[in-house]
Amino acid sequence: MDYRTVLTTCPYCGCGCGLYLEVLDNKVTGTIPCKTHPMNQGKLCVKGWNVHEFVHNPNRLTCPLVRKNGSFAEVSWDEALDYTASRLKAAKERHGSRSVAFMASAKVTNEENYLLQKFARAAIGTNNIDHCARL
Amino acid sequence: MAGLAAAFGSGAMTNSVAELEDSDCIFIIGSNTTSSHPLVAEKIFKAKKRGAAIIVADPRRTQIASIADIHVRQNLGTDVAFINAMMHAIIKNSWHDTGFISQRTEGFEAFKENINAFTVDKMADVTGICADDIVKIAQLYANGKASSIVYCMGITQHVSGVDNVKSLANLAMLTGNLGRESTGVNPLRGQNNVQGACDMGGLPNVYPGYQPVNSEDVRKKFETAWSFEISKDAVEPDSSEEKSSMGLSADVGLTIPEMLKGLGDGSVKALFVLGENPMVSDPDTNHVRKALQSAELLVVQDIFMTPTAEMAHVVLPGACFAEKDGTFTNTERRVLRVRKAIDPPGEARQDWQIIQDLSSLAGYPMNYESPDEIMNEIAKVTPSYGGISYERLEGDGLQWPCPSLEHPGTGFLHKERFTRGMGLFHVIDYIPPDETVDDEYSFWLTTGRTYVHYHTGTMTRNSPSLNAEMSEGFIEINPSDAEELNLAQGQWVKVASRRGEVIVKIIITDTIGKKVVFMPFHFIESQANLLTNPAFDPTAKIPEFKVCAVRIEKMVKAQH
Repeated sequence: MDYRTVLTTCPYCGCGCGLYLEVLDNKVTGTIPCKTHPMNQGKLCVKGWNVHEFVHNPNRLTCPLVRKNGSFAEVSWDEALDYTASRLKAAKERHGSRSVAFMASAKVTNEENYLLQKFARAAIGTNNIDHCARL
Repeated sequence: MAGLAAAFGSGAMTNSVAELEDSDCIFIIGSNTTSSHPLVAEKIFKAKKRGAAIIVADPRRTQIASIADIHVRQNLGTDVAFINAMMHAIIKNSWHDTGFISQRTEGFEAFKENINAFTVDKMADVTGICADDIVKIAQLYANGKASSIVYCMGITQHVSGVDNVKSLANLAMLTGNLGRESTGVNPLRGQNNVQGACDMGGLPNVYPGYQPVNSEDVRKKFETAWSFEISKDAVEPDSSEEKSSMGLSADVGLTIPEMLKGLGDGSVKALFVLGENPMVSDPDTNHVRKALQSAELLVVQDIFMTPTAEMAHVVLPGACFAEKDGTFTNTERRVLRVRKAIDPPGEARQDWQIIQDLSSLAGYPMNYESPDEIMNEIAKVTPSYGGISYERLEGDGLQWPCPSLEHPGTGFLHKERFTRGMGLFHVIDYIPPDETVDDEYSFWLTTGRTYVHYHTGTMTRNSPSLNAEMSEGFIEINPSDAEELNLAQGQWVKVASRRGEVIVKIIITDTIGKKVVFMPFHFIESQANLLTNPAFDPTAKIPEFKVCAVRIEKMVKAQH
């Protein structure tokens, strides 16, 4: 039996509370607020206390999907990535860089947002990138 | 953000959350703080206990309103009228800070002349707030030694969103409540990393660190940093396509409403969506659906099969927060570590690896070993993140600006000078909401969040404890309106706007004012955004989620 706690940051609102995820045999089983964190000092809201619950939800996406004949088919990563990259390139070549647009995310990390805008700007050549800051 | 950036030179929250505890007066407008930012509310409770005056302006009597010294309900979309009237009272009674105004600001004379017209009595009629309350609020705020303004989407999600924010900036400058501890203009960021997504250049007009795409120097800097020549040869087609084949594009890109419009008119062909759900989060869902259906390629990278993902050509399974290393930047500009606890499920992959592989396949190779390495590159090209490294983020994290490895980070902004130099007063006139009530649509609808759910519900509605707490949508209606329509508690009603209709249960409560109704937007099956108005602020492009006109009809038969 392998039990650990991992200090991380809550993914809900903009507070950014510090919390420990309890991990038992590669499953997240609970949440403990961090007492020394500058934002929450040992407290959490109802969403924060239950933040581990959606992680192992059976509805999580576990396999890349490509639409074939109207419905989704499970495919390999190679197929999904090749398909996506070639179609993005094709749109760019046929209709210009401005025909491709990206929605970045207020949910993913700084590092991931950085890479996505770099991908949009350097690889595709467009500044068409925005996220739901306004929503 | 655009409003604060214009006034101060930076769009970020000016002060830190913990400083609220020591404020003398906290003016909360358009923020349901206990529901949407519970741990900020906790600091406000502490301030209240210390004796701070708490003022809340909100069309609903929210939980934070119930502890306020004064709670007023402004008519929907009349915030500029209200704030201008406060400032009229402040100037008339000489409660303003002349020293601060002369030393730290510009544009005061034109501003003052405009405010002349916004007499308290006239604005009392427009806002529905009684004149005495306007003056009392103005006095409390102006006379606090350290007064803080806290606001959220109730201020920004209007066609006048930028004007509302600029008005709050005017109010803080007028009273010298900036550049000191426990003061400031403090927008609460609704999502865990909305600050970071902006900081990282997830915006059509700026690179990371708000460096404008149409500045040649900035572009050259990024062309060098990103060794842009590599991709030029690899990706560009033979035909020389506009200026982009010569380097990075100087053209400001499209905002989300413009992307949706572009999909509709055929100028945008492909849309890549990372962890967003416009089918639920954006106004006028029918319009969004049509736009997404027009896409020749729709790619969605997410952790659940969201309503947006269901429409995609390709769905790429990413990792959730518990499965990744990285950083989030919270509402007070604090960069915080996210640490991997477990592996992603099945074949789901790290989002940074998915993007990296796509980029390499598209002809622009990326070869990062870890998020740590990406952060080192961010620090190199982003001045405000210059001193940030994973090593330094152990402990409390760091608040930007943090320009060098020796820099301790910054608790509050604009200490001796504003980011733009002088603080700029704006002349702001009152513009009514885009849509107003009439005989056919006689109720004002406003939307927001609940304490138990989050945004489009992708995570919280998949959490059994949270979904058990609140498993369906509702609409709040005042008892007198319910009586007039002969409605009973829990009854189903049809709510219709000019754009769509939904069927939903009613909650009769006097927390909402007369002729105003409230719906949360978390619930796809009774979706508030089928009703909302996509009219948006001309500058910030924020839709007017907080105001539209609806009709309420009693359902003859019960719905199941």
